[in-house]
Amino acid sequence: MTYALEISALAKTYKGGFQALKGIDLTVKQGDFFALLGPNGAGKSTSIGVITSLVNKTAGQVKIFGYDIDTDLEKAKSYIGLVPQEFNFSQFEPLVNILVNQAGYYGVSKTVALQRAEKYLKQLELWDKRDEPARALSGGMKRRLMIARALMHEPKMLILDEPTAGVDIELRRSMWDFLRELNEQGITIILTTHYLEEAEMLCRNIAIIDGGEIVEDTSMKKLLAQLDVETFVFDLKPNLSLAVLTEFSAKSHAIAYRVVDDHTLEVDLNKSQNLNQVFEQLSAANIDVISMRNKSNRLEALFVSLINKKSNITQAKSESAVVGAN
Amino acid sequence: MNNSIALKSILTKEIQRFTRIWVQTLVPPAITISLYFVIFGSLIGSRIGEMGGFDYMSFIVPGLIMMSVITNSYSNVASSFFSAKWQRNVEEMLVAPVPNWVIVAGYVGGGMCRGILVGLIVTIVSLFFVDIQLHNIWVIIATVSLTSATFALGGLINAIFAGSFDDISIIPTFLLTPLTYLGGVFYSISLLPEFWQGVSQINPIVYMVNAFRYGFLGISDVSLVTAFAVIGFFIVTLFTIAMVLISKGIGLRS
Repeated sequence: MTYALEISALAKTYKGGFQALKGIDLTVKQGDFFALLGPNGAGKSTSIGVITSLVNKTAGQVKIFGYDIDTDLEKAKSYIGLVPQEFNFSQFEPLVNILVNQAGYYGVSKTVALQRAEKYLKQLELWDKRDEPARALSGGMKRRLMIARALMHEPKMLILDEPTAGVDIELRRSMWDFLRELNEQGITIILTTHYLEEAEMLCRNIAIIDGGEIVEDTSMKKLLAQLDVETFVFDLKPNLSLAVLTEFSAKSHAIAYRVVDDHTLEVDLNKSQNLNQVFEQLSAANIDVISMRNKSNRLEALFVSLINKKSNITQAKSESAVVGAN
Repeated sequence: MNNSIALKSILTKEIQRFTRIWVQTLVPPAITISLYFVIFGSLIGSRIGEMGGFDYMSFIVPGLIMMSVITNSYSNVASSFFSAKWQRNVEEMLVAPVPNWVIVAGYVGGGMCRGILVGLIVTIVSLFFVDIQLHNIWVIIATVSLTSATFALGGLINAIFAGSFDDISIIPTFLLTPLTYLGGVFYSISLLPEFWQGVSQINPIVYMVNAFRYGFLGISDVSLVTAFAVIGFFIVTLFTIAMVLISKGIGLRS
């Protein structure tokens, strides 16, 4: 099977000696919606830079739809559309020119490019701004312009490096819908984001990178299944005193309740427990629930635990190295 | 992949850029050249008399046109490519399957277009001051095209290495301007002492200005064959350097 992206033993050491990638392996299936997550400086943007040939790799191999970037770079490039993290278009050019020129770099004729520019500018609600210089756009509009630009040559794989950074919620959701539509049309999408909710909602598979190494590479379902404990917050009808709630939580329950205030309870549920039990106990104690929510994003909890686990291992290794040296 | 469309895209973008800011790019050379004609031609030139068998005004016209071509070809590519680096829109080309030679040809083509257009404007302005002769139009076309290509390549290399806007003004100020002024624009190098004549022969602009002047007046301090060989040498050398730099991603890829 030909993967959309196949990375093996990819390493990158920058001039100052900083090792951004330490021999990572990664595959992305065709048609996948894939999340690449990691803290700042983890190696996400360097990985994307190497894949899109904006960063020279130190070692390893990268294949795009089977084409090796060392031997078939131009062919490999033709499959990728890139939406970078930072604005990288001429601020002085009108939107239409930016899009038509970009299509031209991929050998798309002006006639076809103008049709596509109209299509994507309308879809991304930028058509009214088509003749304005890019500097006149708002931050969200600039992000959408970069998405339109990346689609001008109709790539088979779209890489988005934090595409919704600084974008308001309404716009972010409309961008999610747009990306889902693209993925349904068969475009492979690789996404890096700081909004873990975004990755959880959109992506089927996920890799977590930290310190230049892949610390997790699995499906979103499997990753979320690793979650041992989930915390729920219950907003209660304010007809009970704090003392009543405290008494309720102190009673011997199989479920651990925490009283936050006179109208809020927190509950930690592990895999063997379910919400029905909680509702039964609350109902039996005449405690009325108005609403319920997850305390934190599920993926966020996992992400933090994975990153912490890795930094603990690294710390332990360095401590044992120091002991060994002594 | 259709490289001609990619080339046309870069070229169109470059031409749109310098025509969009025509007040900064096309008007100043016309004003500068008018001042040269008034000062060096009418006021001082009338006291100098003939040079190379022609009145001074006619003698300096080809050099002044060439000076504008050189400056504008160079600065167009230097500022445009550096701006593309600075705004990071050079990445639009780097992520696309555009062969490196197309990037070089596109930017150099853009620089040549501005250089030659400015050359035409300056020629038209000079018609208000002097009757221009034509000795060999093909030599004029070949010289102006090759010279603008040479300096557009120079501007590209400068922009590749440049890390700030200051870096793209250092070469024009400290190298290009002195070489141009000492390149036989305002005098025949045969007027110089023998030692300085020898020194002048390592200045490539001497060959360009003299070949260009030959096209207008039929006179030159150097042979045409030598002049074209020198220009050809510089084009091949600078093109090779530009290609190597872009292939290695110097100043472009981390």
